[in-house]
Amino acid sequence: MVNTADVKPKTRQMSNLIYKYMRPEHLPHIWCPGCGNGIIMRDVAQAIENLGLSRNNTIIVSGIGCSSRAAGYLDFNTIHTTHGRAIAFATGIKLANPTLEVIVIAGDGDISAIGGNHLIHAARRNIGITVIVMNNNIYGMTGGQYSPTTPKGALGTTAPYGNLDRPFDIAGLAYGAGASFAARGSAFHVQQTINIIQEGIRHKGFSLIDVASVCPTYYGRKNKKGSAVDMLKWQRDNMIPAEKAATMDPVDLRGKLVVGILHQTQYKEFTYAYEQLIKRLYEEREANE
Amino acid sequence: MGDVVLMQGNEACVEGALAAGMRLYAGYPITPSTEIAELCALRLPQEGGKFIQMEDEIASIACAIGASVAGVKAMTATSGPGFSLKQENLGYAVLAEIPLVVVDVQRMGPSTGMPTSPSQGDMMMARWGTHGDHPVIALCPSSVKEAFDLTVRAFNLSEKFRTPVLLMMDEIIGHLREGMSVPDPEEIAIIDRPTVKYPDPKRLPYHMKKGQLVPEMAPFGMGQRYNITGLIHDESGFPTNSVEESEKMINRLMHKISDNYNYIKDIVTTNLDDADTAIFCYGGTARAVQSAVEMAREKGYKVGIFRPRTVWPFPENELLKAASKLKRIIVAEHNYGQMVLEVERVVKDNCKIDFVGKWNGSVITPAEILAKIEEA
Repeated sequence: MVNTADVKPKTRQMSNLIYKYMRPEHLPHIWCPGCGNGIIMRDVAQAIENLGLSRNNTIIVSGIGCSSRAAGYLDFNTIHTTHGRAIAFATGIKLANPTLEVIVIAGDGDISAIGGNHLIHAARRNIGITVIVMNNNIYGMTGGQYSPTTPKGALGTTAPYGNLDRPFDIAGLAYGAGASFAARGSAFHVQQTINIIQEGIRHKGFSLIDVASVCPTYYGRKNKKGSAVDMLKWQRDNMIPAEKAATMDPVDLRGKLVVGILHQTQYKEFTYAYEQLIKRLYEEREANE
Repeated sequence: MGDVVLMQGNEACVEGALAAGMRLYAGYPITPSTEIAELCALRLPQEGGKFIQMEDEIASIACAIGASVAGVKAMTATSGPGFSLKQENLGYAVLAEIPLVVVDVQRMGPSTGMPTSPSQGDMMMARWGTHGDHPVIALCPSSVKEAFDLTVRAFNLSEKFRTPVLLMMDEIIGHLREGMSVPDPEEIAIIDRPTVKYPDPKRLPYHMKKGQLVPEMAPFGMGQRYNITGLIHDESGFPTNSVEESEKMINRLMHKISDNYNYIKDIVTTNLDDADTAIFCYGGTARAVQSAVEMAREKGYKVGIFRPRTVWPFPENELLKAASKLKRIIVAEHNYGQMVLEVERVVKDNCKIDFVGKWNGSVITPAEILAKIEEA
């Protein structure tokens, strides 16, 4: 991590979103210069602004890792939980009070390695929470170890000879597990990503948005991907819209970044189904009395 | 009092939890605690509450903590292997000060061990299982009625002190069936967590007035926006690396329990007045001890029972006071020797300490305890 404490944010042009949805007293953030996470956090705030969500009724849940520090910077009810468990905590919050808008912000290691079990089961359960993954293909907080989304052959501090594992496609994983909304955005594609996050939050059911972040400090440097700008340019130059990708041969999509809503369907949301059960039991009891 | 009904310890735990106001249960199937999950699945939606079977033990406790953060009284139950898995998030609830009840119906271990066999082998894990220095409240019932009463008390203590409370049952009590009368709701005192009455944006969530030990955080969604974290934090709820703040926080968490020891302690003594020997026991073991003491008394031995129902914090002062009038303490427990270490630590040379244990999946019989009494 690079110390950014000496950078005075007030001398920069600041977005109004900072004053409305963030906690300026806890900024600047701990993310390195060039990190994609700040862009994605802003996308989340913009999506919330566009949707007009109540700050008091919106809950941000995070786990552990670089991405998970977002919870501390956002001015909502925020809970920074244990490594991998954000979705499980979020499930309890949503089930206890289904009127709350529950948003999980997580990293690729947090959500698909240590928290992978919660991801697939929340998807299967179709509980109405929105999961936004800041996917930087590396464990950044601990200094650059390979994660479940590190490409095969790429370098990490624990993959000094190249990663032997094949990577997860997190959006595809969520879809395969039954998520009713699975999408992908990127740090470069700000407008598209804001729209996708909005759609994900509006969606009644489990939604997952896998957002390609960039980690120039660890992933980029280790793998000679150039500067943060070079990494964002790669996202620009290799993006294929989801609609177009659907018509293409999967072989041609290798190494590409498919952005858009990959899958969306409707089936009964879990907490709604449970409240209907409570209602049914109540009515049956009333009828019998 | 209601009619006397035949009930299992695990069932009494669920009815106690419902009476105490539990409205969310998150669990995962594991013997010998599964009946708790099954009955919660049946009963909670009848009471307007929610049951969820999570994907694993870790998710279960995490889900229960999440529900509690949203203001709902929540519980999870498990047995040995699951209790091991829950330890990290147990520490989270201690540090973040989230009320929660965790039930461990102990079975024989280590590892998968003997899943349906009785044990009290998790007593030290209850105290020290989660990493770091932390206080613990743990209760041990010895009957079906106590399973009900102590579950109610577990909720009340967890709410009052905003901390997880462990109900350390064992297979003997969990699966024991006996008659009990369920108290009427008006007979049960219910405590709700300290919470701010109205949202105040300027108020720090972990702010303490002078002498105050328990924070008054608002449930999520009430309108009081704040941050909860498992990192050491200051009164604002945000992480701090300050040496002073971290020491202050750990000290307060410790004092929250130790300063309220007299409120939390719960000890049942039997026939101690004229006794020269006491049997120290807790949970299911107390059943055999009761019979052994009756048999020994008939033979003329002056034996009594010292039985903590609150096992953590350990009843140091009371045990030391009792020991000063005794020649001998026999510790009986279903393990290789766990709480006996605490007894030795506290009693030291004040009287002789003997041990009767069992670690083979069977139960300690009254005859074995009687034999130890007669050994003197």
